[in-house]
Amino acid sequence: MKPNHKIQFFLPDLENQIELPYISSGIKAGFPSPAADFDESKISLDNVLVKNKEATFYAKASGNSMIGAGIDDGDILVIDRSLEPQNNKIAICFIDGEFTVKRIKIEGDNVFLMPENKNYKPIQIAEENDLIIWGIVTYVIKKI
Amino acid sequence: MYALVDCNNFYASCERVFQPQYVGKPVVILSNNDGCIISRSYEAKDLGIQMGTPEFKVRNELKLHNVKVFSSNYALYGDLSNRVMKILEGFTPNIEVYSIDESFMNFDGMNIEDYHKYGIQIKTRVNKWLSIPVCIGFAPTKALSKVANKIAKKYQERTQGIYVIDTEEKRIKALKWTKIEDVWGIGFRLTKKMQTRNIFTAYDFTLPHNESYIKKEMGIVGLRLKYELEGKSVLLLEDAPAQKKQIAITRSFEGTISTFDEMKERVSTFATVCAEKLRKQNSCCHSVILYLRIDKHKVERSRYNFYKFETIPFASNSSITISNLAVKLLKDLFQEGEIYKKAGIIVSDIIPENQKQFHLFEEENPKHQALMKVIDDFHRKTGERKIRLGNQDLQRTWKMKQNHLSKKYTTNFKEILEVKC
Repeated sequence: MKPNHKIQFFLPDLENQIELPYISSGIKAGFPSPAADFDESKISLDNVLVKNKEATFYAKASGNSMIGAGIDDGDILVIDRSLEPQNNKIAICFIDGEFTVKRIKIEGDNVFLMPENKNYKPIQIAEENDLIIWGIVTYVIKKI
Repeated sequence: MYALVDCNNFYASCERVFQPQYVGKPVVILSNNDGCIISRSYEAKDLGIQMGTPEFKVRNELKLHNVKVFSSNYALYGDLSNRVMKILEGFTPNIEVYSIDESFMNFDGMNIEDYHKYGIQIKTRVNKWLSIPVCIGFAPTKALSKVANKIAKKYQERTQGIYVIDTEEKRIKALKWTKIEDVWGIGFRLTKKMQTRNIFTAYDFTLPHNESYIKKEMGIVGLRLKYELEGKSVLLLEDAPAQKKQIAITRSFEGTISTFDEMKERVSTFATVCAEKLRKQNSCCHSVILYLRIDKHKVERSRYNFYKFETIPFASNSSITISNLAVKLLKDLFQEGEIYKKAGIIVSDIIPENQKQFHLFEEENPKHQALMKVIDDFHRKTGERKIRLGNQDLQRTWKMKQNHLSKKYTTNFKEILEVKC
C-alpha cells in the first residue's frame, strides 16, 4: 500500500434526526395499501384537553351558579394547576372549607369570585376568608 | 452534583391536596386494615404521636386532639408520586426513583450556577402543581445528598427546605451534625456496634483509623459509604428497579381464625392475589411460602410465627396451581385448636414469564393460562374480583378495613373531586 493512501474519516451527522413513521400494519409484498403513506395516529382527546399532564386534574361541577359561563350541573371540568391565576380566568377555589368554581375578578386591591348567574351574589374576598386558588379551569366537558 | 428530593410527610400531604381544610391541622394515615399509624403531619408529630403506634391504643388521644385519621389510599398516593417524579424529570432526565416519596437526581453535564436557587424552582413547581411540599439536599454524592436533605428538612425555615453541600467546610460540619444511626444504610444493629467503637457521628465514620474496622464489619458496602461521605462519588443512579423478587400478601385478621376451613379460604384468597400480581408483571414463581402467626395476646407459646415452603417443579402464575399448593402447605402447618391472628402467602424465585424453563416430566395444564387470561380480562373490565376458586368464599368480599378512606380522586372517574358552583 502506498503511504499516501490515507483513510478519510467521516463523522456521522446526528444533528438532524429523521424520524420515520412506524407502520403498524406491517409491510407485505404485493400491492401496498395506498393509505399506508398517510398513516397517522388517531385523534386523542387527551392530547387536546391536557396540555400539562402532571398538573391536570378533573372535577365535577355541582350547582347552577356558573351556567352563564357554560358550566352546568354535572359537567366535567379540566383543571390545569400549573397556570397562574389571572383576572377573568375561571378558577377552582377553596374558600372557607369548600371547593367552588368561579370567575376571578381583580379590581385594584379587591378580589372577587364572580358567579355567572344573576341569582347568585359575587363573593368579595376579605382578609378573614381562607382562599386558595387551587387551579384554573381550561375546558368543560358536557353531555348533550 | 446529586440531589435527593424527599416529599414531606407524603401520605398526609397527598390527603391534603384534595382536602385542604386539613392543611395546618394534625393528620395521620393508618396502614392497611386500619392497623397502625404510618404517616403523620408535622402537627401530629408535635402532639407526640409515634410512628407505628396501633390506632386503637391512641384512639382517645386522636379524638381529644381532633386529629384527622385516614385509611391508606395507595391509588391516590401512587398517582401523585408518579406526578412528582415526572415533574422532577422536567429538571433533569437523570433521576432514580428511590421510593414512593424519594428520588435521586443527577445534574452532571448541566450548567447550573446556583443550586439553591434551582432547588427553590423545583420545590416551587412541585408545590404549585401538586401541593406536595418537598425538601431537597444537594451534594457531590448520593450519600451526602441524603445528609443534606436531612439538614434541609430539620431546618426548613432557615434553609427554605433546600440545603447544598458544596464546600469542604459544609461537608465536615454536616457530617459532624449527622448521628451515625441516621446515616444511609446504617441500621439499628450496626449503630450499636459502631457506638461501641466510639463512632457516634457520620464524621467519626470517615476517620482514617476506623477504616479497617468498617471494612471488616461492612465489607465493600461500608467502604463505598465512607468514600461517598468523603465526597467521592462511587454510587451511581440505578436504573429502573428490577422486577420484584418476592410478592407477599399477608394480613392480620380482624378477629382470629381457628378452624381449618376458614383459614383455607383466606390462604386461597391470598394465593390468588399473589398469582394475579405475578401475571400483572408478566412473571412466574418457583416457590410458595405459607406464613401463619398465632395470637400473642390470647395464648402463650414458645413460638408464634410458622413458615412452610415448597417449590413448584415448573414456574407458574396460575391461581389454581398456587392456591392448591398453598392449601397443601396449610394442611401440614395448620394446628387444630390454635388461635391464629395473621397469615400470609409469599411467592418467590420469580422469573419473567418468557424465560420459563419447561420441565421434562411435570407441566402445568396449558388450559390454566388461557383461563387466567379470561379471568384477568373480566376483572379488569368489571373492576371487581368476581370469579373465584372453589376454595374461596363467595360471600366473603376481599375487603380491607378502611373506615377512613378518602376518594380515588385521580384514578377513578366516578370519584373525582366535586366542586360547588
